[in-house]
Amino acid sequence: MNASADLAAAGEHVMNGAYGPVKRKEDARFIRGKGYFVDDIALPGMLHGAILRSPLAHARIVSVDATAAEAHPRVEAVITGETLAALKLAWMPTMSQDVQSVLATDKVRFQGQEVAFVVAQDRYSARDALELIIVEYEPLPVVIDAKRALDPGAPVIRDDLDGKWDNHIFDWEAGDEAATDAIFAAADVVVTQDMLYPRSHPAPLETCGTVADMDPVSGKLTVWSTTQAPHAHRTLYALVAGLPEHKIRIISPDVGGGFGNKVPIYPGYICAVVGSMLTGRPVKWVEDRSENLMSTSFARDYHMHGEIAATSDGRILALRARVLADHGAFNATAQPTKFPAGFFHIFTGSYDLQAAHCQVTAVYTNKAPGGVAYACSFRITEAVYLVERMVELLARELEADPAELRMKNLLRPEQFPYTGPTGWEYDSGDYPRALRLALDMAGYDDLRTEQAEKLARGEYMGIGLSFFTEGVGAGPRASMDILGLGMADGADLRVHPTGKATLGISVQTQGQGHETTFAQIVAEELGLSPDDVEVVHGDTDRTPFGLGTYGSRSTPVSGAAAAVVARKVRERARIVASAMLEVAPDDLEWTGRKFQVRGDPDQARGIAEIAMAAHSALELPDGVEGHLDASAVYNPPNLTYPFGAYICVVDVDPGTGEVKMRRFIAVDDCGVQINPMIVEGQVHGGLADGVGMALMQVIAYDENGNCLGGSFMDYLLPTSVECPSWELGTTVTPSPHHPIGAKGVGESATVGSPPAVVNAVMDALRPLGVRHADMPLTPANVWSAIQGRPQRTDLAIS
Amino acid sequence: MQVTVHVNGVTHTREVEPRLLLIHFLRDDLRLTGSHWGCDTSNCGACVVWLDETPVKSCTVLAAMADGHRVLTVEGLERGGVLDPIQRGFAECHGLQCGFCTPGMMLTGRWLLDHDPDPSPATIREALSGQICRCTGYENIVRSVRWAAEHPA
Repeated sequence: MNASADLAAAGEHVMNGAYGPVKRKEDARFIRGKGYFVDDIALPGMLHGAILRSPLAHARIVSVDATAAEAHPRVEAVITGETLAALKLAWMPTMSQDVQSVLATDKVRFQGQEVAFVVAQDRYSARDALELIIVEYEPLPVVIDAKRALDPGAPVIRDDLDGKWDNHIFDWEAGDEAATDAIFAAADVVVTQDMLYPRSHPAPLETCGTVADMDPVSGKLTVWSTTQAPHAHRTLYALVAGLPEHKIRIISPDVGGGFGNKVPIYPGYICAVVGSMLTGRPVKWVEDRSENLMSTSFARDYHMHGEIAATSDGRILALRARVLADHGAFNATAQPTKFPAGFFHIFTGSYDLQAAHCQVTAVYTNKAPGGVAYACSFRITEAVYLVERMVELLARELEADPAELRMKNLLRPEQFPYTGPTGWEYDSGDYPRALRLALDMAGYDDLRTEQAEKLARGEYMGIGLSFFTEGVGAGPRASMDILGLGMADGADLRVHPTGKATLGISVQTQGQGHETTFAQIVAEELGLSPDDVEVVHGDTDRTPFGLGTYGSRSTPVSGAAAAVVARKVRERARIVASAMLEVAPDDLEWTGRKFQVRGDPDQARGIAEIAMAAHSALELPDGVEGHLDASAVYNPPNLTYPFGAYICVVDVDPGTGEVKMRRFIAVDDCGVQINPMIVEGQVHGGLADGVGMALMQVIAYDENGNCLGGSFMDYLLPTSVECPSWELGTTVTPSPHHPIGAKGVGESATVGSPPAVVNAVMDALRPLGVRHADMPLTPANVWSAIQGRPQRTDLAIS
Repeated sequence: MQVTVHVNGVTHTREVEPRLLLIHFLRDDLRLTGSHWGCDTSNCGACVVWLDETPVKSCTVLAAMADGHRVLTVEGLERGGVLDPIQRGFAECHGLQCGFCTPGMMLTGRWLLDHDPDPSPATIREALSGQICRCTGYENIVRSVRWAAEHPA
């Protein structure tokens, strides 16, 4: 582990000293309690909204009587589905070519669905008035088990869709089915396993909310919103509500965590906008925790059947997967349009396979909509979980060491760029090096010795590995768009006369530290200090268009735009410097801090001097009219492919089923690191998420469709005592196509860690004959598995 | 009803509804928005403030219960323009990302250090175990509290 040598090896990418563990600019306000979150906003005359939600998972609405609520002295307006229908806003498009109810008009289709919206003078009165609305429901049979959704005679959830007679959403496949089948038919060894990646929820600590302010005079709509994608939201508001886009301003102030939960537009946002239009006053709506967990974008819910084929000496040949995807009541997953199952088909992972095929069927159920969220890199979480569990089971079948089996089958450095069997072109990697580093850090051989000694004493210790390849930075416009919006991102850079700079970016931080790292990128390119660069983000009136922060795309796409625009500025500066020094532009060389006349270090000008000259009366040559400002749009040529090797060590108490995580070793390679301190923090957080998903977190339902994860008393999140002290390592393999060689890291640990935990627990339970149990591996679930009765973790059927 | 609460050394008297939660009193009535609301159920600790000398979850304390008492919020940690070591520790050790849990974490951390100036990492983890951070995986929060222990004012 020698990050500095790796960084030096990255060569031209790092030359100027602006990269490194720079302390965050953001922290000054947060440590003083001066952050500015949506719920901190208080506008003159502001009203408060609250949503009445369905207590039933599936029911026909007979009537909605809001008379008493409207008579409440502090209520200003009550909005129902009928109100919205008159405005043609009762339904809104989802990000997956479906529609979603804003306020229900015909039926409710999941517990917690939005039925009415009260606007009142204060937040308590708004809640009071919800109690006064009388809704008569006619209960309908529910579809809760995705495996029964396509049964003949199953209740049809989406009878709002013309001619819809079943709960089927789509079938999708990738890879070469015939070639894969042929390899399986001839293989020495085939291992199969059913597994569920259960429904989870990102649960950012700040829930979703908005303040909508429609100015009745100017017609300008300002929306402060907890959004990860302000520009995409603006365009969607324009398309949905028919509002002129230049009259819409979306401001995403400080956002208290997102993890994909804050990508979509939710009904509450639309209701707040309508509330402001109806009352002529600003309307705030902030959901409570139960609303967040029960109604906003969940994650996963993939029922997977995996098959792996190999030779008897442990050469992996092919992989096959069939998936049943539970999308809830509306197909509202957010991913590039051409990929309805997200990037699941990268499921061959980090291995050199001959063929692969996957098939995904998606269904409606009476559950909340969503599916692509929670640091999943568009479902690479599910893909990595599948392949890493299958490789582990293959090792068990072959009685091979799981580390050796992985090392034997990992892609080799000389194979990059590598095109996988389902079409992904991995840009760069040195996988064996990362795995070796992780094994060395863990002391793998000693751990195996200790495990054997413990087992002899009747103690169950487990060691679990995973190796993951991510694909982040969506994406190339030719193949990736969301609702027709290509996934390129802009950057604007203004260099002021005194050499200070302001960078406008399209992406939106939710804690990733963009105000620091993007300043570092510009500083590195222009020879400035990061302190001299102010980063503006989260305001559509002040920043260039782009699709926002999710899928670990900020650094791969917007970070590239920042480097490209800085280089444009630098080339303008070259021309200005040539006038200042009275030489041809080509006679100047960039030293990293200054333009210098070749061979004459005394004749040099830095960006600050050049900026002042560019704003002065100095006569400039053709090509620069004045100033240094520039803008750029970055259309990524490919995704970037971070990777890593993780090892988890657990002790399991077979009497109680309790899993104690003792160690977690994580080696990550995200290419060139702009700020290693922030990279480390991103990995730490992702590991906690992965541990939570593996051991604690699940959104389950009972047979009536009641959500069983609707509060933090039921939906368990890891705290400081469940998390070990993470042990991190780094290798640096630059991306060859990214302007600064960076790859993105925000979701790596969430993607990579769950299979390491599950593999560790299954490794511990191996002497007890346990082969597989689904996440979350709660004490009850582990104990049941030891008894030979693993639980169905997504359902609680009495 | 009327309540008088001494917040960060300043006395505030307000007419409030008896049901008003302390977190909403602080945020909406006094506009001290550094304390956050996160869960309703006392699980997350984003709303932790001190009531007299004890950290409490202000989402499950009524403003009326604070009548006549002292409250310390994140806005009161910095004194005379000097940051508390716990604030500096969080900035030094990257102990925050989105910043939403940070005020509550710092107030519990300050309380711990007042009672145990040299806590072990395990002690710190135990002290913070009633609070949730979704970003940091806790390791850097532990380091931040340790930093503050090693750099007392």
